[in-house]
Amino acid sequence: MTATLERPPVTPVPPPASRKRLRRNDTAGPLAYVLLGITALVFLVPFYYMIVAASRPMAEMNRTPPPLTPGPDLWSNVVKAIDSQDIGLALVNSTIVSGVITVSTVLLCTLAGFAFAKLRFRGRAALFGVALGTMMIPPSLGVVPLYALMANLGLAGELSSVILPSLVAAFGVFFMRQYLIQTLPDELLDAAKVDGATSLRTFWSIVLPVARPGMAVLAMLTFMTAWNDFFWPVITLNSSNPTVQVALNNLGSGYVPDTSVIMAGTLVGTLPVIVVFLLLGRQIVGGIIAGAVKG
Amino acid sequence: MPTTLRPAPGVRTPPRAGTPWRTRLFQVEERTAPYAYIAPFFLLFAAFGLFPLVYTAWISLHSYKLGSDMEWLGLDNYTWLLSNPEFYNALWKTVTIGVLSTVPQLAIALGLAHLLNYRMRGRTFFRVSMIMPYATSVAAAALVFAQLFGRDAGAVNWLLGIVGVDAVDWRNGDWTAQVAISVIVIWRWTGYNALIYLAGMQSISQDLYEAAALDGASRWQQFRHVTLPGLRPTILFTIVVSTIGASQLFGEPLIFGGGKPDGGALGQYQTLGLFMYQQGWTYGSLGRAATVAWVTFLLIIVLVLVNTRLAKRRASK
Repeated sequence: MTATLERPPVTPVPPPASRKRLRRNDTAGPLAYVLLGITALVFLVPFYYMIVAASRPMAEMNRTPPPLTPGPDLWSNVVKAIDSQDIGLALVNSTIVSGVITVSTVLLCTLAGFAFAKLRFRGRAALFGVALGTMMIPPSLGVVPLYALMANLGLAGELSSVILPSLVAAFGVFFMRQYLIQTLPDELLDAAKVDGATSLRTFWSIVLPVARPGMAVLAMLTFMTAWNDFFWPVITLNSSNPTVQVALNNLGSGYVPDTSVIMAGTLVGTLPVIVVFLLLGRQIVGGIIAGAVKG
Repeated sequence: MPTTLRPAPGVRTPPRAGTPWRTRLFQVEERTAPYAYIAPFFLLFAAFGLFPLVYTAWISLHSYKLGSDMEWLGLDNYTWLLSNPEFYNALWKTVTIGVLSTVPQLAIALGLAHLLNYRMRGRTFFRVSMIMPYATSVAAAALVFAQLFGRDAGAVNWLLGIVGVDAVDWRNGDWTAQVAISVIVIWRWTGYNALIYLAGMQSISQDLYEAAALDGASRWQQFRHVTLPGLRPTILFTIVVSTIGASQLFGEPLIFGGGKPDGGALGQYQTLGLFMYQQGWTYGSLGRAATVAWVTFLLIIVLVLVNTRLAKRRASK
């Protein structure tokens, strides 16, 4: 802290003047546009490269300089990618895995978030602390016994081995708690109580409708995370029953390093998330900001 | 134990026997329901989080291959690990790649967040495009960048060629491979961190800026003396998360190396994550893999403590 901040204002300054000056002060100048424009370009170019490479034969991609516009071979490259790794099956698998995880996570996290946000019970603060603390545990630490556990249950290689450990997430509990504290008025809950509703009834007919926008954001974030999960699926699944990420890993490590086919597979595996993002990017960004740890 | 609970005679208590069963049911529900709502989280965590965590320590004391019995070794795995040059190599690479990726990432994110906080046209477009890489999977990002960093036809070398720099063999060089992997990490995570910082910036009171502006503080001074101190907890949070993320680095070097866990011919980008994977799933020695996991975990704790200590000291200067 500097002395300038601690000095009390000597004379009261008329607020309108200072407001105006401040507003001008937080409007972007040309430099901000240039810097952000360059960054946006850097962040988006790899996507563009993916499209260009996926739509041209490999021979053209190996030329110097590389082509800068999309070509006509997208479809044939996609077909080759789907043939070399079973990307169709991978897409179905990833949809199942991400779908189940999303539904379960959103429901269970809303339930737990509701309890932590609005219900009074013994040990609430301590239990919430424990729930938050679990976020600090690196996932790779438990991978060896988790793998042994799944193998003993006969689930190694099965989709359920990917689904089970992700059915609920501490981040979601935290996120829904924040959301419900901010959006669910206590009066509404009191009214339901006076009317004799059980807490489950209250949850169903009052909390769920109020929580819907928050649940939608959590659903998108969860789906994205589940779709992109790499570490555990690569360990537990094999190439005969892959998720998209496992299939992409196999595609990249195959014996035929055909750049264009690899990029076509990558494009197909990434497209679902990209489409979701283009449609709902604003909400997702808002959700990440809302879920961020503040002050 | 009804006797101990019975209140002293003469004290008015809510009638027990006379209470309609519905009301009593209601009370029981009210008391137990919260636990039922949080139970799924804790049960699932116990089964798939806590149990594996604790059991890893136990496994690390054994020789253990899948399908065979565990054989007690005591601390043998640990002495094996600590006298293994490959472990120190992996540890060193994890640290260097971690520093190369985390420091620029957070610095750029801070600047970006400051820019994204401005009132401007197309703000949503900029925010969404910053975060697009976060939506990409490790696999997709690493595959694209592996092509971009190709030696003969990679776009990066082509661009370097334009400014007169000779083609770089990114994958086979020691530092170049580490730089390339760091670039993947930076590309994927910078925008995400920028959004976290943005959230922190928006929770800083406008009054502080107003006061600073009244005192004639320039934009840069406002950033240094209002924004940075206000962001301290957020910065600490991102440092902790990035430290953990960096120590777990796995997907990027695996795919960059074409799916092989050796991290290049000389292990030039073999991280601890790859080393663990190699022990457990290439060589089938799960006991040793568990040992690597535990040592990594202890290192993470130490690193997080050191980092937060340092960041706190810097901030209070």
